[in-house]
Amino acid sequence: MLIYLLRKILYAIPVILAVNVLTFMLFFKLNSPDDMARMQLGQKYITTEALMGWKKAHGYDKPVFYNTQASSWHAFTDTLFFEKSVKLLIFDFGLSDSNRDIGQDLKTRMGPSLAVAIPSFILSIVLSIVIALFMVLYRNTGFEKFLIVSCIILMSISTLFYIIGGQFLVAKTWHWVPLSGYMPGWGQFKFIILPVVIAALSGLGANARWYRAIFLEEINKEYVQLAKAKGLSGFQIAFYHVLPNGALPILTGVVVLIPSLFMGSLLLESFFGIPGLGSYTIDAILQQDFAIVRVMVYLGTVLYLLGLILTDLTYSYVDPRVRLE
Amino acid sequence: MNHWVFLNTDLLFYLLLFLIGLYFSLVYRQEHLRRIWRTIFVKPIAWISCGVIILYLSIAILDSMHFTLKEEVRGLKPDPYRVYSVLDLILAPLPSVDEKTYAAPLALHSYQKEWQLNEQGEMQFSYVPLSYAPDLIAEARSEFSDLMHRLLWGGVCGLAFALTLMFMLETLLQIGHAIKRIFKKQPILIRPLFFWPRSSSKIVWFVLSLMLCFAVGAVLVLSKAYHVMGTDKIGQDVFLIAVKSIRTAILLGSLTSLMVLPLAILAAIPAGYWGGFVDDIVQFIYVTLSSIPGVLLIAASILAMQVYISVHPDLFPTSLARADARLLTLCAILGLTSWTNLCRILRAETLKLRETDFVLAAKAMGHRSLHIMARHILPNVSHLILITVVLDFSSLVMAEAVLTYIGVGVDPNMNSWGNMIAAARLELAREPVVWWPLMASFTLMFIFILSVNLFSDQVRKGFSPREEKV
Amino acid sequence: MYCQGCWIAACVDKGYAFLSKLREQFIWLILIFFLSACHHQPHNNPYPSRDDKANVYYGAFSTPPKTLDPAKSYTVNEAQFISLIYETPLEYHYLKRPWALKPLLAEGLPQIRYLDAQGLPTLDRLKAKSSEYIIHIRPGIYYQPHPALARDTQGQLVYAHLSPAQAQHYHQISDFTQTGTRELTADDFVYEIKRLASPQVQSPIYGLMSGHIMDLAHLRARLEMQMQKNPKTPLDLRDYSFSGAEVLDRYTYRIRLSDPYPQFMYWLAMSFFAPYPWEADRFYSQPGFAHQNISIDWVPIGTGPYQLSQNNPNALLQLIKNPNFHREKLPQGLAHYAGEELPKIQGLEFYSEKESIPRWNKFLQGYYDQSGIGSDSFDAAIAYNAQGLPELKPKLRDQGIKLQISTEPSIFYLGFNWQDPIVGGADPKAQKLRQALSIAIDMQEYIQIFLNGRGQLAQGPLPPGIWGAKTGSDAFNPFIFKKEQGQVKRRSLAEAQKLLTEAGYPNGIDVKTGKPLKLTLSIASDSRIDEGTLYTWFIQQFAKLNIELNIESTTYNRFQDKLNSGATQIFFSGWLADYPDPENFLFLLYGPNGKVKYGGENISNYQNADFDREYLAMSRLRKGPERQAEIDRMVAEVQEDAPWIWGFYPVSFQLSQPWVFNNHANPLVNNALKYMALDPEQRFKSRLARNKLAVWPLWLMGLTLGLIMVCLWYLHRQQKNKKPASISIKGKGPLC
Repeated sequence: MLIYLLRKILYAIPVILAVNVLTFMLFFKLNSPDDMARMQLGQKYITTEALMGWKKAHGYDKPVFYNTQASSWHAFTDTLFFEKSVKLLIFDFGLSDSNRDIGQDLKTRMGPSLAVAIPSFILSIVLSIVIALFMVLYRNTGFEKFLIVSCIILMSISTLFYIIGGQFLVAKTWHWVPLSGYMPGWGQFKFIILPVVIAALSGLGANARWYRAIFLEEINKEYVQLAKAKGLSGFQIAFYHVLPNGALPILTGVVVLIPSLFMGSLLLESFFGIPGLGSYTIDAILQQDFAIVRVMVYLGTVLYLLGLILTDLTYSYVDPRVRLE
Repeated sequence: MNHWVFLNTDLLFYLLLFLIGLYFSLVYRQEHLRRIWRTIFVKPIAWISCGVIILYLSIAILDSMHFTLKEEVRGLKPDPYRVYSVLDLILAPLPSVDEKTYAAPLALHSYQKEWQLNEQGEMQFSYVPLSYAPDLIAEARSEFSDLMHRLLWGGVCGLAFALTLMFMLETLLQIGHAIKRIFKKQPILIRPLFFWPRSSSKIVWFVLSLMLCFAVGAVLVLSKAYHVMGTDKIGQDVFLIAVKSIRTAILLGSLTSLMVLPLAILAAIPAGYWGGFVDDIVQFIYVTLSSIPGVLLIAASILAMQVYISVHPDLFPTSLARADARLLTLCAILGLTSWTNLCRILRAETLKLRETDFVLAAKAMGHRSLHIMARHILPNVSHLILITVVLDFSSLVMAEAVLTYIGVGVDPNMNSWGNMIAAARLELAREPVVWWPLMASFTLMFIFILSVNLFSDQVRKGFSPREEKV
Repeated sequence: MYCQGCWIAACVDKGYAFLSKLREQFIWLILIFFLSACHHQPHNNPYPSRDDKANVYYGAFSTPPKTLDPAKSYTVNEAQFISLIYETPLEYHYLKRPWALKPLLAEGLPQIRYLDAQGLPTLDRLKAKSSEYIIHIRPGIYYQPHPALARDTQGQLVYAHLSPAQAQHYHQISDFTQTGTRELTADDFVYEIKRLASPQVQSPIYGLMSGHIMDLAHLRARLEMQMQKNPKTPLDLRDYSFSGAEVLDRYTYRIRLSDPYPQFMYWLAMSFFAPYPWEADRFYSQPGFAHQNISIDWVPIGTGPYQLSQNNPNALLQLIKNPNFHREKLPQGLAHYAGEELPKIQGLEFYSEKESIPRWNKFLQGYYDQSGIGSDSFDAAIAYNAQGLPELKPKLRDQGIKLQISTEPSIFYLGFNWQDPIVGGADPKAQKLRQALSIAIDMQEYIQIFLNGRGQLAQGPLPPGIWGAKTGSDAFNPFIFKKEQGQVKRRSLAEAQKLLTEAGYPNGIDVKTGKPLKLTLSIASDSRIDEGTLYTWFIQQFAKLNIELNIESTTYNRFQDKLNSGATQIFFSGWLADYPDPENFLFLLYGPNGKVKYGGENISNYQNADFDREYLAMSRLRKGPERQAEIDRMVAEVQEDAPWIWGFYPVSFQLSQPWVFNNHANPLVNNALKYMALDPEQRFKSRLARNKLAVWPLWLMGLTLGLIMVCLWYLHRQQKNKKPASISIKGKGPLC
């Protein structure tokens, strides 16, 4: 088990390195330090001296990969790539281009992101499973057809329409909840309820159909026939046999997403003005603060790989037949 | 006219259509594929959704034939900087009609009152008549009767067109059937009518599809006199924009698939077949790519493309060329982020196939690896490719809207549903509410994605029937 | 088959019990929802309900401030915070137009002495070679309470010498339990001027000021040398003597300029010259503080009416009244509370609101106290009346919302690159071409289409309200307009075509080459949605003269690159005034300010010897008829030369709620909030009235849910009545 974990982590390292180099190349190709300086310094009275000064203050005046002026190993460490990219590997995020500590911002913004992401994640899964079970329970009836058609209709509507429509009706026309914003603590209920419901609704169709397929496969197995022969009712079979057994493939599909919940939702957060990591990312893209974008790319990668490892772990925990070696 | 313009995306789209044609000619020659497609198309839901897709596809094809105009043709104003398409010609004169600002669907005057000079030379606060509306006074009828008149006329035209088409297809099928029987030296019999609905559920679908034809005809005829879906902020016809957005959506979905296919196939099959070092490299690449958050990668690439465009303005002289290049970049980068999924599926399947008897037999007979991969493995994973591509199509179309909304999608000047939705959000904040651009994009997008989803569902069932045998 | 996960089944079992409890809770929640809907407070209130009747102003910011350091910040959205926290020696009068300066921290306006080449005082400004400003400041002014100023009983700074281990314990500014204050002295002003030169500060105006303030460049060089020697130790600016700014006594300091620069007075009203205590630099330079965001960028220290109590640029900036604020009276002439102590508002809260739509809707709902008008909400708020004047829509007027309109001291224009062989240069042919284009390109139409009329057509470089700018019906550009029957009209297209022919391009064809004339317009793109329309419009305008236009739309950075290298032909740009003096606009056309040659702000690289000579005189002359005559001459020259197509002066529309008083549109006064007052009681009532809860959708939802339940129950019954034989054997029927 431990060896398995170690191997997985060792395998993750080259992936992380590759992502790191890739993003570094992409973003420095995209935006030269000159561009960044100009972006941050504003529009008036900008002299080349001021640009140089900014670059020096933010450490962008160093050579990219190899510093010919520095001695010994400093030739590699006193470079842009090392300062801006390699330091990420040890989670030293440094300052953003607008001089704020990125680590601090991540800390403060994580809460709101999770406050939206976790409830909507759970709500979405629970609702989808319930609907999928209903579909399986009422197989080959009009009710199932109705549910399937509803699911396909739900998944044929773009998330944007859910958000725009929901915000327009619920917040603007009916005055049920605030239009946007966030408040830490108990006051946040009214801010997050609408985004949570919308997030759950927009994923409902696809998830319910997927779970239905899993449950259908399960219900054809012999033990279900046996349970039926025993005279168990449909509800009993569904909840005591089909659901626990079907939960395994669902779990493996879902666990990989859990770490990525930290990243927040780009759309929901920017629409509802929630100061989470999703809106942090969008703002960074729009303001071209690539120090932040690089950090987010790196975090996303690490969390994804973490999700993969977690999936394997849960798999072996839930299904004793699976051994990790 | 007479000056054809070929955009890069147009050419790639033609190539794609050619490939689709090639596939279906292959289907026609292979009995087992033909049988699967036949079982798919027996279901009315499949052929109706396929019909809608074909309608959208033909609109996209018509909209991908571009030309510039030197003199006025059917009300299209000549403009050296503007490129028209055959679709514009069909919808003429809508592309050259410009109102001042918003007008509601089927309206005769502007949406809001404005100060203007009346005949007496006084300022008056009133509605401005639209430049594109039927002359009801000359025709001496009310707006309602005019609407009904056109609606019915268009609907009947649509129905007639559909029925004629159906009749012609039926005749063709019958003739083909008869010829086949002649070749086989069998007595000529009339085969059961393909289009005639026999069961009650088929009648519902049959009526539904006729209603669809009615609606299409009616909308087309109405658009010749009215702004069917109103106008937008700068007075362009919303119906025209929404319809022209179809090309963007289809191109994005299909060209991305075109990028995905070679990448996934060329990486996955050798990885699965040879294993070892090749497999390690391919796995490494796709784990790396899929671990980068997709939106950020797309955003970075789109920004990089914009930088490239602004550094090389001579390569992209017109705004159309810039928009086109951006669309192509978006397709490429979406392809790069989404090929990993297909690659994983294909690799797993190849791993299984590698151990099957027929592959082992081929190996024993001394065939070269390339030969085995091309002749034995590829045909046996093709159904997976088809299913995945069709299933991913709708999510790509929806991704376009989201990315464009965030500002890293297609060019803001391009007609696209994402751009319409982005603008519509501002319009919903107005008082009184301007709801029709959102409605138009919603309707067209919803119908399209719904039919793609329904169709892909049927294709999946047709190719992997195991799941449905419950 | 093996049945895994029985634990899940157990969980499900427990879950049922939990769910039934939750159901009760939920019903209760819904009940609460309805009950609370009936009274007390609106449901969509984004603020804590305890603040319902607090005397707090609610505002929004779309871009978070990047820094609140007065020496660094140079943007309007940062200025609205900085000007409330820091104070400057001078400030603009809130109500007067044309704009006028009045003392704030200073006792009176500074005494200015002009010196000749020998350093002796002279009255002749034109011959003067340098100048000096002597400023007396008001005694008895204290800084806001701040840990940097906290001193123990021995008079030692408490937090100045923390070890790295101690410093680690402080994560935010509120972790410092002790605060202190001290009196403002002249040293603080001098210290701030030294900061402008500091390489650790990187002030954006250093480049400009080093040309004016004596010895500033020298100070910079010395500081840089020190930095090279000891990159790790923070600079202590007090150790450096500086002849540019010197303390004369506790309340007096002197600034010496290397040129007679009368406009320097206006700079004294900008945050760059706000006082700054040296203790702050000592405090913030301690190890690890920067990584906790404890820095002067985020935690300011000033003497102004408000102090920052919470700085979370991700969500909220909160300001509260500064308890140490000196006495200042509301100016006479204000409608409410004139002559009383300011500030009237107890606290200010600015929320991050990235998107314009929620911001606008929240304003309508009564949750923001003031709002600008975006172009998308313009039609919803404003209509033009029969006289062509903007008016509020009746719906907003009935709610008591007030509209204020003001022309901003800025200009947008299409510039010609003077170095371009076709459109640039003093050659009369090029001049005619520029004049023809100026007539053909109808900027009035631009204002109507793209700005909803929120602009005033520019006749020359000087916006109205700037001293020396001419207004009235006779102040038009005679090369583009003419007066017909008492009405000013744009010259006809025929006249433009005639000019074009004289320029050597009859009907858009170059006589020399026989080819059509092609021009290029460079625009810095900001990815607006209606960019396509904008470009089409420009192309149409040039097409009026049969000139083909190529538009190069690039990012702002590339656009700057092109301007720097002179690789433009025509470009679209703008200028926002630093101060309301004609010099601040005319210097954009002063030859020695040329962008390509000298790196100045004259981005069209205009060069005219007469203009340059008059500029020098104008910039030094006292305000009076002599100066006015120079200005008129200069404006006439550039009107004829047409180095710019004079675009427009933007007009800003500001809406405010009926419970906001004393607001007065003044684009140069960023701290208007200190003069303003609120009626929280009225605000609360309005919010209740504007945010009535819609209940019917709940009924509708309930009904739908009930209907589905009934269907399900019916299905259930039906299945129970079916014979079991048909259920399982073929697997066709339902299970139950």
